[in-house]
Amino acid sequence: MAVSSSSFLSTPSLSNSKSTISFASSVSPAPIPSLRRVVFRSQRRVMTVRSKIREIFMPALSSTMTEGKIVSWLKTEGEKLAKGQSVVVVESDKADMDVETFYDGYLAAIVVGEGETAPVGAAIGLLAETEAEIEEAKNKAASKSSAAVAPSPPPPPATSSPAPAIAQPAPVSAVSDGPRKTVATPYAKKLAKQHKVDIGSIAGTGPFGRITASDVEAAAGIAPSVAPPPPPPAASAAATAKATATSSPPLLPDSSVVPFTAMQSAVSKNMIESLSVPTFRVGYPVNTDALDALYEKVKPKGVTMTALLAKAAGMALAQHPVVNASCKDGKSFTYNSNINIAVAVAINGGLITPVLQDADKLDLYLLSQKWKELVGKARSKQLQPHEYNSGTFTLSNLGMFGVDRFDAILPPGQGAIMAVGASKPTVVADKDGFFSVKNKMMVNVTADHRIVYGADLAAFLQTFAKIVENPDSLTL
Amino acid sequence: MQSAFSLSFSQSSLTPPNRPLCSSNAAPRNLRFCGLRREAFGFSPSKQLTSCRFQIKSRRIEVSAAASGNGAPSKKSFDYDLVIIGAGVGGHGAALHAVEKGLKTAIIEGDVVGGTCVNRGCVPSKALLAVSGRMRELQNEHHMKSFGLQVSAAGYDRQGVADHASNLATKIRNNLTNSMKALGVDILTGFGSVLGPQKVKYGKDNVITAKDIIIATGSVPFVPKGIEVDGKTVITSDHALKLESVPDWIAIVGSGYIGLEFSDVYTALGSEVTFIEALDQLMPGFDPEISKLAQRVLINPRKIDYHTGVFASKITPAKDGRPVMIELIDAKTKEHKDTLEVDAALIATGRAPFTNGLGLENINVATQRGFIPVDERMRVIDGNGKLVPNLYCIGDANGKLMLAHAASAQGISVVEQVTGRDHVLNHLSIPAACFTHPEISMVGLTEPQAREKAEKEGFKVSIAKTSFKANTKALAENEGEGLAKMIYRPDNGEILGVHIFGLHAADLIHEASNAIALGTRIQDIKLAVHAHPTLSEVVDELFKAAKVESPASTTPQSVKAAV
Repeated sequence: MAVSSSSFLSTPSLSNSKSTISFASSVSPAPIPSLRRVVFRSQRRVMTVRSKIREIFMPALSSTMTEGKIVSWLKTEGEKLAKGQSVVVVESDKADMDVETFYDGYLAAIVVGEGETAPVGAAIGLLAETEAEIEEAKNKAASKSSAAVAPSPPPPPATSSPAPAIAQPAPVSAVSDGPRKTVATPYAKKLAKQHKVDIGSIAGTGPFGRITASDVEAAAGIAPSVAPPPPPPAASAAATAKATATSSPPLLPDSSVVPFTAMQSAVSKNMIESLSVPTFRVGYPVNTDALDALYEKVKPKGVTMTALLAKAAGMALAQHPVVNASCKDGKSFTYNSNINIAVAVAINGGLITPVLQDADKLDLYLLSQKWKELVGKARSKQLQPHEYNSGTFTLSNLGMFGVDRFDAILPPGQGAIMAVGASKPTVVADKDGFFSVKNKMMVNVTADHRIVYGADLAAFLQTFAKIVENPDSLTL
Repeated sequence: MQSAFSLSFSQSSLTPPNRPLCSSNAAPRNLRFCGLRREAFGFSPSKQLTSCRFQIKSRRIEVSAAASGNGAPSKKSFDYDLVIIGAGVGGHGAALHAVEKGLKTAIIEGDVVGGTCVNRGCVPSKALLAVSGRMRELQNEHHMKSFGLQVSAAGYDRQGVADHASNLATKIRNNLTNSMKALGVDILTGFGSVLGPQKVKYGKDNVITAKDIIIATGSVPFVPKGIEVDGKTVITSDHALKLESVPDWIAIVGSGYIGLEFSDVYTALGSEVTFIEALDQLMPGFDPEISKLAQRVLINPRKIDYHTGVFASKITPAKDGRPVMIELIDAKTKEHKDTLEVDAALIATGRAPFTNGLGLENINVATQRGFIPVDERMRVIDGNGKLVPNLYCIGDANGKLMLAHAASAQGISVVEQVTGRDHVLNHLSIPAACFTHPEISMVGLTEPQAREKAEKEGFKVSIAKTSFKANTKALAENEGEGLAKMIYRPDNGEILGVHIFGLHAADLIHEASNAIALGTRIQDIKLAVHAHPTLSEVVDELFKAAKVESPASTTPQSVKAAV
């Protein structure tokens, strides 16, 4: 099943019989331009030296491949190779692929035989440029193959095992006759390989002192995953600290463990994911006397404070599109054409964010109507996915509880979230030194600093404050 | 046309010598037989239409000869026309067909009706696999998400799963028993053994005579020596199907059908699995390409590891605070290689024929590794290499092809013969399936077998392959992983083997197995139409992908005749 082909010839200078350079180390030092030509072909790096003997090494045929098995050598030692010819068939975790050569020459030596396995990047054969060099290459291969054996898994060290065997009571000590060997479950072994953890260095805590998957996960610093698919790499790194912190305290007596519902799991996942985004916060006090007055006026018409705030935020965002943007790949801004304000709502046993689409364009009354409809749907769990996951900016209001200020976590996929506190009568001194009492609320915005900078956010807040303080435009 | 023909034949020739059929309420039964008869005829290639006619003649002679010996219906000379020892799927299939053919039939069972398949094999394991399939799907968050489905943590109740399996076995067992009772098959209880030619003993000392005897005693799990089975931590499939526990870590000795299916069940229920395989490769016996793909899908991504090329020379059950200990030795050098410590071990090294105490010595038959030697017509061969008259052996006990449906087909073949119609079963047309998720199925030769045969007989072999990734229905199910492969002769379009790995592969194989059984050639079957969108189009694509040199039959004679 030759799916695709690729070539992997590394370039250690074997001819001067110094130490053989592995692929990894030959890449890192800056190559000498005059001697080396770097060729990039389809994401894979191939390097060339004026060397006469080249290594053929185990290619990485997929992103998850850590080692490959030689299915068959299509050429025999001493056979002449032409550029582009398939030399060897390699089996990865996904498929069998033909590996071809980019160079003319002779297959001088096979280092890794058929049916054997080698890690990605390891030399599996040698390619000589001329027939005369075949012998020389063979000698290299002899030393190479003895070296290649070394990286194979080290013998299970007897470290640490005897000690726990003695320390532990009855059942285990009964078993320990002679040096105990490492026992690891199949999944533990798989995980160890995947996360490049030396299984011999892990102390097993499973039954009979065996190493279980959770031992490996602890050693690798991963949050124990209940579901088989591992968490995305970005999250796992961030979760490390959390996992080690949470795993240590034992359960208190009478405590009960209640598994997450699907919604709670989703929240949890999103919160962990948010840790991979560098955020910062800017607070701003907003005078709400005018807004409160407007609210009293439009309240009988069914307008809610949420709709007012969403409309104000929408209008401010229209002037500051970067705050409405998001950073999807860490390399670019994604400007959203619509301003969709997600508003956090606590519902029984969870949290959901119904989205007011086109908050800047819809008028206040339509927006209020829409909001009522969304809240009703949210309570009866009938929101359609586009009604809760299409937000470009989030609004979270805890003012009704009397909270004066708080700090929100930025949901993944958005550029900013606004946390609104309660509006409170505050004594204010004006520029002439006169004191007065004005209603003020604290607005705190958390933003992704990869795309939104301090000045952007400050300017946005200033616009927002202006709209709220002169709210007539909201009803237009 | 043929059905009409067969009807008249059944009425004219069957009724006179046929006693048991004509009991008081014969009328509705007769109707039923007619319905069944057509199926039975479809079984044989239609080419034999003429030979059929000939056989009918000879059959009449034979029947009348038997009758004239006593000057009365066969009852005088024998208690039964046919006695079957063993009421498994093979015996059941033979009994049903025998009654249909008008034979007075008895079936002897020393244990429970249904045998291994129904009670300790294919049937309860399908119940467990139905559960494992659903668990696997529900646990696969990615899979669910791709459907837009949200499922919170899936869990299972072990006893509930076990009950499903035992309930299913009971239901099928009752169906089987009732179907035989309804047809008037005498079910005799007790262990049966052969006393001499045409003479059978069952239970303590009941002796009956029969014109023909079929041995269908089946098999039991094979446990290599050195392995101590305690039924709790070291178990066979018999115990595993009761699902009394789900161990954290279970070693499965043997990676054939049984081992593979159980690995599917156990890993879905949360166990980790270690395979121990004596051969150098997992899943021996499957087509190499299929087993390679199956390994990528069924083994590598799951919580499974394996040791190949090793024997489990000694397995001790867990006791005195020790886990199950498994000594591994190299399959070739017999040197000690490793010791495994696991929570449980399932012995799935195959099945051994259950032929002890059958009284074979009375008729001078020597078993070979326990199997009863038979010829291609299932006639038992004695120690001198001669055929034992009126004695047949079908199913696992003869070891030809240890599959429930093969036993049944062999039983039907035997009944065809004893009722005067020569019949040789083509074993290469018998499909086999492994009900993992996804399933594996096959019929006929594997690629290496086909190439070997081609070399010997001097013909060319071609391979056609299609992927489930190109099938609409499979993609709609988000189950695009899979491969179908056909091995065929490009010169005349003969199908040599078909191997399928993918969603519902077990149900898809029959188009190919029927084609092989009926001798249908690719150039003809490729013109047949398949409903769109269905998985059957995978097989359709396979036929269409084949490059056959000879043209389609100008008149679809074979098709017309087969109907």
